[in-house]
Amino acid sequence: MEQTVASIALPVDEALTIKKMRIEPKTEDGKCKRISVVTGIHGDELEGQYVCFELIRRIRENESALKGIVDIYPAMNPLGIDSITRGIPAFDLDMNRLFPGDSEGNMTEYLASEIIRDVSGSDVVFDIHASNIFLTEIPQIRINELHEKELVPLAEESNVDFIWVHGASTVLESTFAYSLNSTGTPTLVVEMGVGMRITLDYCNQMVDGILHLMSELGMWAGENPSVRKPIVSRDPDDVYYFNAGTGGIFVPSVKHWEKLKQSDEVGRIIDPLHGEILETITAPMDGILFTIREYPVVDEGSLVGRLLREEAYQS
Amino acid sequence: MKKRVIYEIKGLYRDDFRVTGYEFGSGEKSVCIVGSMRGNEIQQLYCCSMLVRRFKQLEDDGKLLPGHSVLIIPCVNPYSMNTKKRFWSVDNTDINRMFPGYDLGETTQRIADGVFRVIAEYKYGIQYTSFYMPGEFLPHVRLMATGFEDLDLARQFGMPYVVRRAVRPFDTTTLNYNWQLWETHAFSMYTTTTTNIDKKSAKESVGCILNFLKRQGIVEYRGHDGYISRVVEDTDLVSVQTECSGIFETLVTVGEEVERGQLLARIIDCYEGEVIEELRSPIDGIVFFMHGEPLTYSQTAVFKLILHEE
Repeated sequence: MEQTVASIALPVDEALTIKKMRIEPKTEDGKCKRISVVTGIHGDELEGQYVCFELIRRIRENESALKGIVDIYPAMNPLGIDSITRGIPAFDLDMNRLFPGDSEGNMTEYLASEIIRDVSGSDVVFDIHASNIFLTEIPQIRINELHEKELVPLAEESNVDFIWVHGASTVLESTFAYSLNSTGTPTLVVEMGVGMRITLDYCNQMVDGILHLMSELGMWAGENPSVRKPIVSRDPDDVYYFNAGTGGIFVPSVKHWEKLKQSDEVGRIIDPLHGEILETITAPMDGILFTIREYPVVDEGSLVGRLLREEAYQS
Repeated sequence: MKKRVIYEIKGLYRDDFRVTGYEFGSGEKSVCIVGSMRGNEIQQLYCCSMLVRRFKQLEDDGKLLPGHSVLIIPCVNPYSMNTKKRFWSVDNTDINRMFPGYDLGETTQRIADGVFRVIAEYKYGIQYTSFYMPGEFLPHVRLMATGFEDLDLARQFGMPYVVRRAVRPFDTTTLNYNWQLWETHAFSMYTTTTTNIDKKSAKESVGCILNFLKRQGIVEYRGHDGYISRVVEDTDLVSVQTECSGIFETLVTVGEEVERGQLLARIIDCYEGEVIEELRSPIDGIVFFMHGEPLTYSQTAVFKLILHEE
């Protein structure tokens, strides 16, 4: 059943409405669990669109197997999705820095507070992101170390390749996931694929993971997809960041999720005007490349990749 | 005066990105003044250009007192100003959300780091900045309640108002917050406008900065002594919010005294021209902030008012 989470009138003949789809089991006794799948907080991240579609499709195929409530929120930032804008258009604000919002605040804060009100109380939440337009990410779940104990066991059942437990940061306290996790609603932040694109393999992998976790939580009695065992990294030194040493055009030499040996070439930064190679980026250690730059133009400092050192996945 | 490049990134097809600073005097790092950090902060750039001109004159006239070094950075983000983008031209990140920066990080983290390394040790730090909502303010000095803030010092600018506000999570990556963390007395300077130049307000803020520096024994300056600043907590500002969206027709101006019940603005239906909402003042007070665009969304704080003093 389509439901309205929040709606607000825009100046010229339009309403901004955040919608969700609720699918309930046929015999809902008021005690069953609830899972929420949320995406589209950043308007340029579209991988979650297919996850929502495919999850609903598979559940509808075998609706009698559903034993819990599924809430699907495909577009938290509908204006952003429609206008290829990462933030909230007109406000130039990152929606994921507005939570938990304020019901008495301005329009953006009000919307954030309504979203939190609606999602709160779920037994588990997937907050699906797609990196940004610059980087491609292997399907992964990122967890604030403050909530590691509750979230890692859930993430391990979610069919991602990688679980990245990162340090706490004050600035992240205004994210959707932090707001929910700090008030007792377990929320997993998924990063996968790349902005403005849909990567079907990753999306299907994620849907398998969601259905598997639902099975583990007693919410799904249909086919239970098997899941991969993810690499779990808790040590900040496990991850090496490649940043461009100079501006130019980045051309990768390797593929995503490729295992590299020390000194292997990751890519080159070239200068098309002079036909010169400005920088050759090489792996400083053995490891696996879980982030790779998609958008070729780089400034000095632009992130071009992340390498997980071999010890992190061999231990 | 010494003009020097504070931070530089090589451009591929654009000219190199440069953050340029103007140094006056020598000795103790007394005061650093930073202008536009976002591409639409035109007034902030203008104010700093006025200050550079004034300091050239002060230095030439021997009125910058010995033992003090002053640094003015009119613009931290010329790339965005030249492309009329508010944030970083490639990835839309905000340099003022990247402090203290990281020299091995992403581009805007590196810019923040490169600038902060130069400006972190000044005794006083003044940043001309802007609000995220478009609108017009009464000129004021703003500071964050970090525990290191000094209201008495803030009063010495002689700006009409001093606003203190609580720190929110995203503030921890601003220049002002990090300056305070590094024990610089940091102040954010708000003039009336951002995208347009208001010469009167710019001139007033320049005078207030010179007043402040005179009171700290850094310059000789004979000008208007400024106001006896009123200190206001951000939480004491009274918001007037719209319930409807539509055309915003204001009936008052910033700085105007208003009475409880007075009509401040009307919201007009965009298609039919009917008044769909009247916004009235809930207090006897002064208009401190006013929305600055012809259309408004619903639930928008289009006015912030200050109560009359008891």
